[in-house]
Amino acid sequence: MDVLTEAFQWLNDPLNWTGRQGVLALTRTHLEVSAVAVAIALVVALPVGLWLGHRGRGATVGVVVANTTRALPTLALLTLLAATGWFGNTATALACAVFAVPPILANAVTGIGGVDPDARDAARGLGMSGARVMWSVEVPLAVPLIAAGIRTGAVQVLATVPLAALVGGTSLGTVVVSGFATQRYGKALAGGILVAGLCLLVEGLLAVLERVVTPRGLRSRTRGASSDTRPGPRRGRALPVAVGAPGGSNDPAPSP
Amino acid sequence: MPSGQVVATVANPWFSWDYLERNGSDVLRYTQQHASLTVQAVLIAFVVALPLAALAHARPRLAGPVLAATGVLYTVPSLALFAVLAPVTGIGRTTVLIGLVLYALLVLVRNTLAGLQGVDPAVRDAARGMGYGRLRLLLGVELPQAVPAVVAGLRLATVSTVALVTVGVVVGYGGLGQLMFRGFRSNYHAEVMTATVLCLVLALVADLALALLGRALTPWRRASAAATPPATAPQEAAWTS
Repeated sequence: MDVLTEAFQWLNDPLNWTGRQGVLALTRTHLEVSAVAVAIALVVALPVGLWLGHRGRGATVGVVVANTTRALPTLALLTLLAATGWFGNTATALACAVFAVPPILANAVTGIGGVDPDARDAARGLGMSGARVMWSVEVPLAVPLIAAGIRTGAVQVLATVPLAALVGGTSLGTVVVSGFATQRYGKALAGGILVAGLCLLVEGLLAVLERVVTPRGLRSRTRGASSDTRPGPRRGRALPVAVGAPGGSNDPAPSP
Repeated sequence: MPSGQVVATVANPWFSWDYLERNGSDVLRYTQQHASLTVQAVLIAFVVALPLAALAHARPRLAGPVLAATGVLYTVPSLALFAVLAPVTGIGRTTVLIGLVLYALLVLVRNTLAGLQGVDPAVRDAARGMGYGRLRLLLGVELPQAVPAVVAGLRLATVSTVALVTVGVVVGYGGLGQLMFRGFRSNYHAEVMTATVLCLVLALVADLALALLGRALTPWRRASAAATPPATAPQEAAWTS
């Protein structure tokens, strides 16, 4: 495989790793831009999501926001920003933040909103204020979902940042794009391997982190649920189905 | 100084009917390319995902590995995937198509599997009591019950595929992304905006068509849908990777 050896040659050349456009510098920029984007998304999405979930509304808002942004191509937003004169890494971070907001928001809303009503009721009965119910009952119970949302958002940002190379941003995607542009497919392949490796690595790290921040009592349950990659069979979330069941006998009802 | 002023006064509107009139055939061609790529990718992914999900459902031990494998594929960024595929499959349509299929696969497998697993155990029990075999149970009872989840997965996969096709520009086959990129290169605002809007319209139309299809496929749900608030598919509400 000619291209493969070319790719390994490129990866083996120390000159490609150091310097201003070297792999190391590009990786650093990549991570920096991603971190900024995730931070922006967190600042925007987390408070809104927690509040909407706490107020018990906005479950539909989350879903609608999530689904509309999925339809907007990343490239479109990047080119739109670039065409308006927003070049460079700030614009990239902003555009990527837009795509990190929906998963974080949606998961925060469903996580908090899906907390077992009984637990909330019990907390109220103990005399907790609304804010205290949220911070010491709802948020800890929703941590697995919120963390999953942040992980999804972060990985998505990491996967989106390379696209900015098409409109002049610098990141590991630069290697891929310049490889394609100069028809050196070995270089493109090397860049692709690097980008994929970085994403998988960060995804793995975040998965570990997600497990660490999950309160101990919830761990065994989320572990079982992670096999089907859906949030566990939370009692709170089963409720809508249980309500709907009497109307439609064909709806999957919770097992007796 | 004079040249700067000239550049500033040249009209470069975001929306221009003039552009559409003059480049109608081009826009149409790229839209067709975009639509055909999407349809083909989702169809292939669907045909592959259905047996995979059924297999994972029949052999629960395989569910973990199947989902993990599709999940890893999903994590790899599109740009990287195209770069890895291009040397093998060449520059052009095939590369984009394979990439799109791989991405649609995860959503479809996950949703189909969730739908199959979400079938009411009582219903399954009743079917078994009536003498249904494994295969007949799957085809006659479980799959129809899973239709809403499958359609939800199809809608999700289609919408994200429409958005993803644009990344195909790196291998020169990106449908409307091609227009977007060309517009960006020549600083032609109308071209970028037209392509963006068309992308959104395409996603919306496809989503609507699939929603109607799902409605037509599950007539038994219509009566209950009127009585109860539309229960959004649970797998759509939360966003897990």
